[in-house]
Amino acid sequence: MSTATPTVPPWQQWLRRAVRVPYLWLLLFFLAPFLIILKISFAEPVIAQPPFSALLVWGAHGLQGIRATFENYSFLFRDGYYGIIVLSSLKMAAIGTVLCLLLGYPMAYFIARQPPRRRQLLLLAVILPFWISFLLRVYAWIGLLDNHGVINHLLLSLGIIHKPLTMLYNNFAVYLGIVYSYLPFMILPLYSTLERLNLDLLDAAADLGARRWRAFVDITLPLSLPGILGGCLLVFIPAVGEFTIPALLGGADTLMIGRVLWDEFFVSRDWPVASAVSVVLLLLLIAPILWFQHLQNREHEAST
Amino acid sequence: MVQIRGLSKDFNGIVAVDQVSLDIQRGELFAILGSSGCGKTTLLRMLAGFEQPSGGQVLIDGVDMTEAPPYERPVNLMFQSYALFPHMTVADNVAYGLKKERLPAAQIRARVAEMLALVKLETLAARKPDKLSGGQQQRVALARALVKRPKLLLLDEPLAALDRKLREHTQFELANLQYQLGTTFVVVTHDQDEAMVLASRIAVMSEGRIAQVGTPAEVYEYPTNRHVASFVGNINLIDGVVTGCEAGRVALRCEALNASLCVVCAEALPAGEPLCIAVRPEKITISRTEPDATNRNVVKGVVRDLGYFGDQSLYRVRLTSGAVLQVSAQNLRRSASLTIEWDDEVYLSWEVASTIPLHS
Repeated sequence: MSTATPTVPPWQQWLRRAVRVPYLWLLLFFLAPFLIILKISFAEPVIAQPPFSALLVWGAHGLQGIRATFENYSFLFRDGYYGIIVLSSLKMAAIGTVLCLLLGYPMAYFIARQPPRRRQLLLLAVILPFWISFLLRVYAWIGLLDNHGVINHLLLSLGIIHKPLTMLYNNFAVYLGIVYSYLPFMILPLYSTLERLNLDLLDAAADLGARRWRAFVDITLPLSLPGILGGCLLVFIPAVGEFTIPALLGGADTLMIGRVLWDEFFVSRDWPVASAVSVVLLLLLIAPILWFQHLQNREHEAST
Repeated sequence: MVQIRGLSKDFNGIVAVDQVSLDIQRGELFAILGSSGCGKTTLLRMLAGFEQPSGGQVLIDGVDMTEAPPYERPVNLMFQSYALFPHMTVADNVAYGLKKERLPAAQIRARVAEMLALVKLETLAARKPDKLSGGQQQRVALARALVKRPKLLLLDEPLAALDRKLREHTQFELANLQYQLGTTFVVVTHDQDEAMVLASRIAVMSEGRIAQVGTPAEVYEYPTNRHVASFVGNINLIDGVVTGCEAGRVALRCEALNASLCVVCAEALPAGEPLCIAVRPEKITISRTEPDATNRNVVKGVVRDLGYFGDQSLYRVRLTSGAVLQVSAQNLRRSASLTIEWDDEVYLSWEVASTIPLHS
């Protein structure tokens, strides 16, 4: 009797297997495309279908060899164009992220200080835009910002301006699009850290001689840092690779990597170079994610 | 030193603090005692400057501080939750108030070290608060509140978060520290033992008002009203009607006890006036033989319940009228058998002078 080992009931075993299904899904639909892109990035462009050379060379007697080239990567680094575009994307995403933070922080702070019932209502309002397709919402901005759009029409008819303001097909429109689309991703993590803040801490700071602004800088801001980092990553990472917003709202001078990738793939049909750009971009973006993970782990360890 | 003049606070018409006036002396350890919701925390928050009074004044050293914001008051508060800054070390927590005063760094370091030594936390200066035990956190909170050398230190339920053993130990430490520093302490608590042990004077609060102010012994032995009598310690409350009055004594008839009793009362009361009297369980003598009735109130009953605590025994005695009185007796002699047992017929007697008249 004493040798009885704890046995897991069959339903639990099934449950454990079922929990792994999402991981399989991720493996299949994230890793597989990435491996394909990685493979193409080592190929040469050819005018054929598909438009790149095969990695594995097959002869009469089976596998003859592997034909891989670093030419695409070295081209990226030789040709300054891609470097400029990557930098420009990072810059635009960073500015968009900062704008989201400046706008989102006061909003999250305000919501977190409301009575609980009103908080739910305001959070709902933040999430509400997600009920409409992202593409439609970005399209709607064209109607608003166009030279013949709602805003210009209104300002002209009120006599505030005499010729339409150019608000569409430039970087301004792209920033507006990024802030508009990604603001909820900034507000939600900020809200969750600000809502948990013990208000006694602010009273304690005031009691020890800190004015309200000082107490905010000393207490609220550092304690909401996890929310700031989380929100910034959630905005920055998708914004760097954003395609829809610069494609619909951006102008010819809007240099963002998402559009360049599209052009490389479907206009120039240079799949190997486009793939190499994708791989480089992915590696660039993985770095901040890993860093954030590291910070979170450390914080988790510190609190246990 | 601290003068509170007719201080009131209402929240949307609900009165939390009603016309409270108190004088707290320099160097005093003053306790505000009351059950939860009696307004004691609101009163404390008004002293700290977190709540604006609806009426009245707070003067500290003669200076009107009623309108002053918290960061301009010579007052510090030790929070019930301690409210330690989780992202700062123990030393940084304690240094925070001094940094806001913009003292030179060397001076800050010296005073923080001095404070940490006072609360015996020197070795933990570099730790974060969540790495400390409850008792250590309490001491950090105390050090942080004291480091600015406030004229008045407010303590909100300072010992409530500690376990029983640690609480008893900390009570005496806190009182010693207060004596050493000479800072005026105002402790808010719902725990009467805490208030009795710590304080030089106690204000008992009830429904937003001060029910009584006095030394622990005054509040315990000479409660002026029903609320204070029943809130502080155990007590037997007996309702009666005045039958006569002579030589500073009032005789009254208590129907509930089916007995005639006497109480010392300075003012002459007219016959027929209702009067409530009270007597503490330890003031009552329990005996099997009939005691001498001069200057004593005597009633007769049967022991219904008996609690043996080692040092003392608690009896619940049902009188012939059906009313029940609580009696406690010190077990002064070593004995394995009790002299008074369940269902024994006993006499209860207490001095007339130990009987408390309660006017309201």
